[in-house]
Amino acid sequence: MSQQTDEPAAAQASSPVATGAPRPGPLAAVRRRLPRSTFGRHALVVLLALVAVVLVLELTSPFRNSQFATMSYYAIAAAGLTVLTGLNGQISLGHGALMAVGAYTTGLLLGDDGTGLPLLLVMVIAAAVTALVGAVVGAAAARLHGPYLAGATLALAVAVPGLAIYFDHTLGGEQGLPVASPDVPDWFADAVYFLSANETPTAKYLAYLGWGTLLVVLLLLANLMAGRIGRVWRAVRDDEVAAELAGIRLGRVRVLAFVVSAVCAGLAGSVLGVVVRLAAPSGFTIVLSLGLLTAVVVGGLGSLEGALLGSALLVFLPPAVTNLGIGAGLDGTQAAQLAPFVYGVVLVLVMLLAPSGAVGVVKKLWNRSRTNRRGPSTRRTG
Amino acid sequence: MSAGTLEISGLTTSYGPVTALDTVDITAERGQVTAVLGANGAGKSTLLRTISGLVRPAAGQVLLDGTDLTHAPAEAIARAGIAHVPEGRGVITELTVEENLRLGAMLGASRRRTERGLAQVYEMFPPLAQRRRHDAHVLSGGERQMLVIGRALLSGPDVLLLDEPSLGLAPRIVAQIFGLLRDLVDSDGVTVLLVEQNARSALSIADVGVVLNLGRVVARDAAAALAADDGLRHAYLGF
Amino acid sequence: MQQFLNVTLTGLGQGAVYAAFALALVLIWRSTRVVNFAQGAMAMFTTYLALTVIEGGQSYWVGLVVALVAGLVLGAVIERLVIRPVEGGPELNAVIVTLGLFVALQALAAILFGSTFRSFPAPFDLRGFTVGGVNIAFTPNSIYIIVAVVVVMLALVALFRFTDLGLKMRAAAFSQEVSRLLGVPVGRMLTLGWALAAGVGSLSGLLIAGGSLVFPAYMDAVIVYGFVAAVLGGLDSPAGAVVGGLTIGLLLSYVSGYLGSELVALAALAILVAVLLVRPQGLFARTAARRV
Repeated sequence: MSQQTDEPAAAQASSPVATGAPRPGPLAAVRRRLPRSTFGRHALVVLLALVAVVLVLELTSPFRNSQFATMSYYAIAAAGLTVLTGLNGQISLGHGALMAVGAYTTGLLLGDDGTGLPLLLVMVIAAAVTALVGAVVGAAAARLHGPYLAGATLALAVAVPGLAIYFDHTLGGEQGLPVASPDVPDWFADAVYFLSANETPTAKYLAYLGWGTLLVVLLLLANLMAGRIGRVWRAVRDDEVAAELAGIRLGRVRVLAFVVSAVCAGLAGSVLGVVVRLAAPSGFTIVLSLGLLTAVVVGGLGSLEGALLGSALLVFLPPAVTNLGIGAGLDGTQAAQLAPFVYGVVLVLVMLLAPSGAVGVVKKLWNRSRTNRRGPSTRRTG
Repeated sequence: MSAGTLEISGLTTSYGPVTALDTVDITAERGQVTAVLGANGAGKSTLLRTISGLVRPAAGQVLLDGTDLTHAPAEAIARAGIAHVPEGRGVITELTVEENLRLGAMLGASRRRTERGLAQVYEMFPPLAQRRRHDAHVLSGGERQMLVIGRALLSGPDVLLLDEPSLGLAPRIVAQIFGLLRDLVDSDGVTVLLVEQNARSALSIADVGVVLNLGRVVARDAAAALAADDGLRHAYLGF
Repeated sequence: MQQFLNVTLTGLGQGAVYAAFALALVLIWRSTRVVNFAQGAMAMFTTYLALTVIEGGQSYWVGLVVALVAGLVLGAVIERLVIRPVEGGPELNAVIVTLGLFVALQALAAILFGSTFRSFPAPFDLRGFTVGGVNIAFTPNSIYIIVAVVVVMLALVALFRFTDLGLKMRAAAFSQEVSRLLGVPVGRMLTLGWALAAGVGSLSGLLIAGGSLVFPAYMDAVIVYGFVAAVLGGLDSPAGAVVGGLTIGLLLSYVSGYLGSELVALAALAILVAVLLVRPQGLFARTAARRV
């Protein structure tokens, strides 16, 4: 595995190429001081990221804060999906439905007046409930592949919102289930005030909550991917028969990937619930599931940085595109549809032109420039 | 020049870094069976696949009666009169026997000629006539070989490319099919390029033989002369 | 009893449409091994074109022709431009491309035609026949729907069974390499196959819309039902798609009539999972084993 220090944690986990001899120079000195274990290196990156998050959230406007909160739950779900699709080769168009499970669980447990269980406990329970659903879905999905799995999970995405309408007494029907907005804990507000002399409105607290969850999820996923389980997932994706001959139990491995991915979706749904303050069928349409798929495909399947990048696009692209549309003379509702139009077109173009996604393209360019520096001898023919 | 002269010159084909055919020259004449022999991996199938346009050559030329077909698509090469009977899987098992045959007859033949051609093939291969309405997956290995040869004949080819027609067949059936092939060449005057691992049988009906090894032509001579060359036989042909 | 009859008749009408939609999916799957998840969106789009023509003062039948022709063209163009490059590649790539088309077409329709619900005319009466003094849920328009689907299916059977073109299309679908060696222009056959399938899909979109409301997402559930129907019949079998479509139409109609319309999609999911786990090759597959 590579020993690079200048890339985020996930690159070390998912990089398909060993990058050869260590580069000489001052970096080598820095590297010697770094933690030796994979977990230690990942933890260090996450710690640095945490500092960056604090800086960004404290320096940007409340509007940006809420955009970052939105990005956090997309990114949590996308990180889970990229593990499932990119690493284990299973597609899911039903992650919106799994997020719905997380969001509804959160809404039910928090209670609409906020007198329910504490938020962190609720999030853990929401993740657990979604994991359970994920295990059931995964058990069925483990026997399917490609278009069959896509069709089955598409059916899941279309079917689940119907449940909320059927059980409208508990789940609120079309209008949805109000989710209590959590209070900002005093210790948290004090800590932020101590650091930055800023107040902590709820929107900012939710952004912290989302990004905190996201960083924990990324840390755990990066370790999982770098370890034995990650290798087994990749082996199953690349060659089922060989993996089975090597003694890997395909079914179990696939279900595990689905469960891990479902936990992420459940957490994402939970964060979405408290950020949006509502769990409603209209929030978990097929468009949400396809949006997540767009995020992981555009970023590059199987890469956590790609999932982050894709989620950022999901949040920051629509306002920009919508403004362009209004500038070009479209009315508001028409302009709002430009973003999904762009997702769709981008999804097609990425598959036709750069199936490895943005991160894949960057890695290829990076590797090419390294190869050129070393001379042509290492370049393969054909 | 009579119709059906296939001239291959300098043909080179690579799969990635592996060169499967290396500057191969072969000329196949009308009314003759040219056998292409060699061990597994000698490049025999690649040669046929390159001629029929399934694989793009890196260099060289394929001429049919002087017309350059080197870079034509496979379907155009088929319409130009070169019928390639691929190894093993040439039968479309989801279609009936008759539908398979009709596909062969579609290359420009009129409906009346098609019906006459079908009747001839059924006469030539009675087992096919019995199962004409069945899906082709019910056919035995020998019957499948009859089907693909019959189908190739229905297209009225000038050149017939046969890839391992003896593969997996009982010796009696091989003899029967090779005998038929010889009759056909003698009466209709088609050009046959016959790829075989079963060198002894192939040389028994061939006029000319070419031996390939690792993508290169290592010997070419009259079939009888090749069969009599002990050193060559031991080195490349294995009998 | 009367409710049972009504639910059954409604189910038959819907089943006919699902059958057509499933058939379109099967035609494309057989020739290119792609499940066209964009099919519903394509049909939605051509139905909007028909609606535009009809609202412009033309008759329903002109709208029908416009939708069918637009479907043919759309199918051919999509196959040539975006499906051809991913054919034979990793199966996820083709799936993602059709999903991208799905999202893009749906958004484009919302931009061009608006996101509001619009009513689509039916060519025949929507009031049910009266049998023995009782009004039943079977209308002249239901008859039209069933006849239209049957005519299209007979035409397809005739094309594939009895013409050289149909034989070439089937050959190209089953074995590209052998077909090319026999001089069949495989690329053109695949494009034609997509065009025909998209035409049939357009018809089903138009039939569903008749006498009801259209909006950019109105075909979303139909994709799922059509897919379930196609899998039930065995994705490779056109006859299976028809039987699967009718079966799904009936089953879902019973669920809707007796349990609640919110559960229809869930029931479709349950049927799909049951089929895939119990008899993955579908009811009509020729081959015993199939990787699903």
